[in-house]
Amino acid sequence: MNPPHLVILIPLIFFAGALLIPLLERWRHGCAYGVAVASAAVGALVTVAGLVEVSSGGTLRYQVSGWAPPIGIELVLDPLSAFLSVMLASVALLVLVHSGSVVRRELPGKAMPLYSTALLLVGALLGITITGDLFNLYVFLEISSLASYALLALGDRKAPVSAFRYLILGTVGASFYLLGLGFVFMTTGSLNMADLKLILSNLESSPPLLVGLVLITTGVGLKMALFPMHGWLPDAYTYASSTATALIAPIGTKIAAYVLIRIFFFVLDPGFASGEIPLTTAIGYLGAAGILWGSILAIAQTDLKRMLAYSSVGQIGYIALGIGLASPMGFIGAILHMVNHAVMKGCLFLVSANFLSRLGHADIRRFNDSTRVHMPWTAAGFTMAALSMIGLPPFAGFFSKWYLILGSVEESNWVFVAVILISSLLSAVYFFRLIERIYLRSPGRDSKYPDEAGGAAAPDGGREEVSASMLAPTLILASALLVLGLLNVWIVNRLIQPMIPAGL
Amino acid sequence: MSDVFQSNIPLWAVSISLLATLGILVSGRKPNLREFWTLLAGLIKFGLVLSLLPSVRAGKIAECVLLQVSPGIGLSLRADEFGVFFALIASGLWIFTSIYSIGYMRSNQELKQTRYFASFAVALSATLGVAFAGNLLTFVIFYEMLTLATYPLVIHKETGEALRAGRQYLAYSLTAGVLLLAGTAWIYNTAGTIEFQPGGILGGVEAAPNAIRCLFFVFVAGVGVKAGIMPLHSWLPNAMVAPTPVSALLHAVAVVKSGVFGVVRVVGFVFGPEVMAEHGLNLILAVLAGATVLFSSLIALQQDSLKRRLAYSTIGHLSYTVMGAALLTPEGLTGGIYHISTHAVMKITLFFCAGAIYVHTHKQNVSELDGIGRAMPWTIGAFTLGSLGLVGIPPINGFFSKWFLCLGSLQAGWPMVLALFILSGLLNAAYLLPVVYRGFFRKSEEFEKFDEAPPLMVVPLCTTAALALVLGLFPNLFFDFFELASGISEMILAS
Amino acid sequence: MDSIHAHYPYWVVLTLLVIGLWGMLLKGNLMKKVVGMTIFQSAIILFFILSAYKVGGTVPIYDEALGVGDPSLYINPLPHTLMLTAIVVGVAIVGEALALLIVIYRTYGTLEEPVLVERMK
Repeated sequence: MNPPHLVILIPLIFFAGALLIPLLERWRHGCAYGVAVASAAVGALVTVAGLVEVSSGGTLRYQVSGWAPPIGIELVLDPLSAFLSVMLASVALLVLVHSGSVVRRELPGKAMPLYSTALLLVGALLGITITGDLFNLYVFLEISSLASYALLALGDRKAPVSAFRYLILGTVGASFYLLGLGFVFMTTGSLNMADLKLILSNLESSPPLLVGLVLITTGVGLKMALFPMHGWLPDAYTYASSTATALIAPIGTKIAAYVLIRIFFFVLDPGFASGEIPLTTAIGYLGAAGILWGSILAIAQTDLKRMLAYSSVGQIGYIALGIGLASPMGFIGAILHMVNHAVMKGCLFLVSANFLSRLGHADIRRFNDSTRVHMPWTAAGFTMAALSMIGLPPFAGFFSKWYLILGSVEESNWVFVAVILISSLLSAVYFFRLIERIYLRSPGRDSKYPDEAGGAAAPDGGREEVSASMLAPTLILASALLVLGLLNVWIVNRLIQPMIPAGL
Repeated sequence: MSDVFQSNIPLWAVSISLLATLGILVSGRKPNLREFWTLLAGLIKFGLVLSLLPSVRAGKIAECVLLQVSPGIGLSLRADEFGVFFALIASGLWIFTSIYSIGYMRSNQELKQTRYFASFAVALSATLGVAFAGNLLTFVIFYEMLTLATYPLVIHKETGEALRAGRQYLAYSLTAGVLLLAGTAWIYNTAGTIEFQPGGILGGVEAAPNAIRCLFFVFVAGVGVKAGIMPLHSWLPNAMVAPTPVSALLHAVAVVKSGVFGVVRVVGFVFGPEVMAEHGLNLILAVLAGATVLFSSLIALQQDSLKRRLAYSTIGHLSYTVMGAALLTPEGLTGGIYHISTHAVMKITLFFCAGAIYVHTHKQNVSELDGIGRAMPWTIGAFTLGSLGLVGIPPINGFFSKWFLCLGSLQAGWPMVLALFILSGLLNAAYLLPVVYRGFFRKSEEFEKFDEAPPLMVVPLCTTAALALVLGLFPNLFFDFFELASGISEMILAS
Repeated sequence: MDSIHAHYPYWVVLTLLVIGLWGMLLKGNLMKKVVGMTIFQSAIILFFILSAYKVGGTVPIYDEALGVGDPSLYINPLPHTLMLTAIVVGVAIVGEALALLIVIYRTYGTLEEPVLVERMK
């Protein structure tokens, strides 16, 4: 296969799957799950092939329909895109594998629309990752948004309302992006990223350009749930089905952060966004505020999914902080944290889905050590992911925090250092509280819920761990945290270092 | 300088008990097999560390670079004299503790033994990682792992009290851990390196005096939690709720000694004697250590619970080493470092005795121990040896470390410290010897029906007591502890 | 006054933007939010179209009969094509929003936000 075609295949496989599912479902009921997993598996393999190709051969460029840029749309697979696409596709694959029983239980009869929109979402997010054209990015952004609104609406009774609220806010965000893009286009006359880089490096900064950049940042920030534009996130994640949340939480907001990284460090001169206008600095401080706000509020939650949602707001803050540092260390920290958090949050949301499926609830107040007795593997996976979120070695979470601390110290930004340290301790509070409950609290102790010892009645009365299709992805993600932690040096040196843009 | 050679032995020494953990987890149903893994790992670990002793005495350092992150930052294990010194103590005493644990756990019919033994193995792995850490980052990583691995041990009993103690332990230790991490990043930024070097890496570096002082406080807070420096010490007495073998090894040897090990590393290998003296940092450290020694001994007097009394005694003796580091004189530093080994052997004996008493008679308080010496002569005999050593009575090894510390304080021109050590000795006698007195010289009908504790517990405690005596008579027997200690002190002060 | 007069189309766009935002965020009826959203998106589309316009320009069709041979009189077609895409995207979003409203109405029987919040409890 001619290498460049690899690039277009990445999103195309997912789109093809998304379109095939309704058709095949007509022909043969119940095959949606299989088709979705198959598409995701093939897609993941292609992304890995892309990463291998890019690591050895350099950036791949693909011209859609043969039209040359800057007029034609160009898809670019450079080390950053390849790396993120692998992360995206693998986490999506694992979540989709996991989703079989979840969908059967939580959304009976809605398998077909769920899988179809899920594949659309992943395909669109991949499209954002590999596109080399800013307007094409808007198109993919909106495709992914549409898919995520639909996906989030498939849930319990409250889901359509939170999805609608997200729709309104998300459209505001995307429209701001478009508006900002308009200003940039009018100033420079081009939409192609590589072309813009050349044009902008020769251009003086001007009010329309600045306004455009601010609008773009605001728009993307809304999608990213950057503080204070995060309001849609907790409700949306809590009321949606477990699969939808597990798909959107780990990867949706990350890709929005990627857009910011792409624009600020690759399209613009890195010094521009931090020196001339303190845009990245603003992002950094907003990120810091988000970290604190998310961590503090997570402590107050009684529902596991809601706690994880607030935690996600905090974690996005770390990535924003890394962007805010605008230094190589900060960049490494941000990228590493994107991957780490995708895996960690994916694992945690899968765990909450497992709990929901076997215990019938995800209420923290009702967890006790019978949970661990009945579901030991899920509990183990939860513990590993929790330790990684707190940032304890040797798990992956420690290393991304280390790079961020190093980067903050380098820039003498003591506020950032303090925020990172305090938030690690705060996350220790809300995660250890859960770990303690699951491992140590005996059922009789909670007077409000005295007979939680049984959980859902199992026919054999014994262990009722979830099925292999749900357990395997959970444990794969959990052990991936250990592997990513131990291999983090290789990842940083071999994969991330080449992506650092010149001039950072 | 010393020769550095590449070797995998440090890595094996650290990881062997991790491998054993797998074995332990798998053989949960077969206690004898499970215990076999612990003992096997302990023996192999000790053997591996011992094999490093000759090379270290010859001035050669075994190094094993695990990962290179970027120039100057990496994870590496380096078995230098100080590392081998600490590793010998920890791994050697683990063997005794394991035998003792088996006796304790079985006699007391404790639950969750698999979790206990597995956590122990991981904790020892982390301790050796701390000992052999070649730079600050590796040190911090293993330090945090140690906290994690010892948490299940602290909360072993799973009572409300145990959970509270565990939470406090975590809160203190994790906060210390993040402070250390921040400090490491700061040092890297200031000095350009985080490798441990005798004589420090901050010497000759351009930095504002306030920055250096602030950095020092960050580090002292970071290592001071585990080292029991007041006022960061309060987790330690509360952690006595854990089973006694845990208190013995972890809170008298591995965890707290990692803390003082860290203090000496920070003082001698990161900041260095010159920087310390230049900014008056050793004075600050001496004040903290002195206050700790004094107050802990006073508080120990008031404790009726035997284990809590021993806990406060530990806090005091840990600060002996910290004071030795603060003195920065050859004798003082040697004394402080040597005290790590002497105190470990003596304290572990005392804790073993306390555990034997508890398991056998279910008595925890000093006031209830009248006449127990008749029933358990070996146990109380060992307790006597250990106590005398802590007070500083020759020929038990505790005398020698104390002697050098006193010499060191005179050398430094701080006679107040000498007075403090003498006072502390008297206070030690005041809170330890009454136990001996009550045990042997008071009568009570309580213990008439009891005889000695099970051999699995008595043999280890007698052995460690005998070791204290033997090492006092022949300080360099087997392991050259004293030679190592003075060599390390020389190495630090030479540069 | 001069700048307002010279750039009055942009002021119209701005007004529409603000009306749309106000409708989306501050109106209590969900349907009105959708209407606001449509207005908002239309404003942005107008903005792009405005950027393409040239005073005295003409359509970019190469035809001698129309009397234009000079490319510099063509209005820029690129923003128009971009906006075609944007319009389609807008339609899709409105369609999805309306679908969500149907579901909400079926579940809760109202589209007024205060009543909805009450019924959701």
